[in-house]
Amino acid sequence: MAGADSQLGPVAARVPGVRAPLLAPLLGLTLLAVLSVAVAVAFGSVALSPAELHAVFTGTGEPLHRTLVLELRAPRAFAAFGVGGLLAVAGALMQVLLRNPLADPYVLGLSGGAAVGALASMLAGLGAGIVSGSAFAGAMFSTLLVFGLAHGTGSWTPTRLLLTGVVVASGWSALITFMLAVGPTEQLPGMLYWLMGDLSYAGSPWPTLIALALACLLALPLGRSLNVLARGPLQAAALGVPVRALEWGIYVGASLITALAVTTAGSIGFVGLVVPHMLRLVLGNDQRLILPAAALAGGALLTLADTLARIVIAPEQLPVGVITALLGVPTFLYLLYRSR
Amino acid sequence: MTALSARELIMDIPDRADGVPLNLDIRPGQVWGVLGPNGAGKTTLLHTLAGLRRPRSGEVLLDGESLRRQRRRRVARALAVIFQDRLDGFPATVLETVLIGRHPWLAPWDLETAEDVRLAREALARLELSELEARLVNTLSGGERQRVAIATALAQTPELWLADEPTNHLDLRHQVEVMELLHGQAQSGNAVFLCLHDLNLAARWCDHLLLLYPDGQACWGPAADMLVPDALERLYDQPLARAEVDGAPVFVPAGAGPMPSANPQTHGRTP
Repeated sequence: MAGADSQLGPVAARVPGVRAPLLAPLLGLTLLAVLSVAVAVAFGSVALSPAELHAVFTGTGEPLHRTLVLELRAPRAFAAFGVGGLLAVAGALMQVLLRNPLADPYVLGLSGGAAVGALASMLAGLGAGIVSGSAFAGAMFSTLLVFGLAHGTGSWTPTRLLLTGVVVASGWSALITFMLAVGPTEQLPGMLYWLMGDLSYAGSPWPTLIALALACLLALPLGRSLNVLARGPLQAAALGVPVRALEWGIYVGASLITALAVTTAGSIGFVGLVVPHMLRLVLGNDQRLILPAAALAGGALLTLADTLARIVIAPEQLPVGVITALLGVPTFLYLLYRSR
Repeated sequence: MTALSARELIMDIPDRADGVPLNLDIRPGQVWGVLGPNGAGKTTLLHTLAGLRRPRSGEVLLDGESLRRQRRRRVARALAVIFQDRLDGFPATVLETVLIGRHPWLAPWDLETAEDVRLAREALARLELSELEARLVNTLSGGERQRVAIATALAQTPELWLADEPTNHLDLRHQVEVMELLHGQAQSGNAVFLCLHDLNLAARWCDHLLLLYPDGQACWGPAADMLVPDALERLYDQPLARAEVDGAPVFVPAGAGPMPSANPQTHGRTP
């Protein structure tokens, strides 16, 4: 991210229509993504050398190492990658939908709805599967609630959507505080970990990875339309973009992938806001580049953050949201400071 | 060639009577100007003609076919709109901004080709913006940003231009340049429809005029028939004086205004 010293530099150097400059940052980020997963499977309570890792993946490693890497660390690392990528892509999409660079996937109250669903079923003493299910239901309920209320009698402006989302979110957070206050003490750590985001119970990484691949495949051909939509709905319609359908698509798509991410790992903050924003500062505002870059960078960031969360106070684990915030805040402030 | 027509068109302006239904034919080679006081509905008319706003009744035809029934992408290839307001929420460069004019010509998976970049650069050169190519649009002055919007429409290569106050924020020379550009578009067989505040720009460059009154009344026709002091005075509710300069009529506010003091207190150098 050395290009941050001049905001103009990378933007000006990237002449649209030439593929190589679009690919260079993506190749760099792919490398980062691969490295992050390698680090995640190598480090932990037992650190493995590159040679030992190689042995595991070629099928000749020690059985203990094989179990450690293939059954414990790799699924969790890939789940972290999927969740981080989904959150970053959802954030980038919400920023275009609301035409507000400070929007994040949770801005419309989605994480609050999910948290209320999850905490309520924890309080009821239900199993992990039901906690996930009710988190997803809560997320979708909140999404529909905000959309229905903001839609109102027909006008549907970003400001109105944003305000409705903020107010609904504070309603959820009051409910969350209430549940934390009345909840039995022994359940509090589990609830707090869920609220900060935690990958310990992530389960299979496949749903998030497949959703991430689908989101990128769908978003890429829409990238140029999104660029035009960022100039406002009227300008976009005048340039032939089906604005209504596209806005609905972004809203539903971003909500679904955020709900999936939250269901998998709790409401991890900051990735969805900071990753797309950092990329915009460095790479410019072409959504065709920003969306896949967000998928890679968000995934890599959360994978690394989760690795840190596992090893900083090992054998205890931190909620990964603590790490994303601690890493994200200074990086973000630094980039913002350098950009103007 | 492409023509835009309004048939029994009544704009949808809340709390306003229907007024006169509009029946216009904007044909290739013509430059239409819309004149009217603030709030008369000039912008609403332009958006309705562009198909961006539903009329209360009547319809807009592009090449004889209802605009609403045509695909937006096809419409966008024929018709460019220059808006009065612009959103630059996410900073982009001048070149990137002009390149979005190529959007209707590209399939979803296409990247802009060298030809698209050439058209965009040509449009930038035409509006004397080549030097600003790499600047971020949110750092431009109002007049420069206005010219970027016109360059974007030029890169769109439309046969119909709908422009809302295209001379806003422009200095005198660039006002003339832009009016020349639009007039030139009409001469090469395209059609141009402008909302204008400046009566004199309209008098000099438009061959057809539409006078839009705040109560929904309207009249239209060849410019020579419309540039009647009576009608214009009623339109703006302002007495006007008419003169002729360089063969074109010129209108200035008459009477009532404060006269310059006989003994002005000048500051600094007198001219």
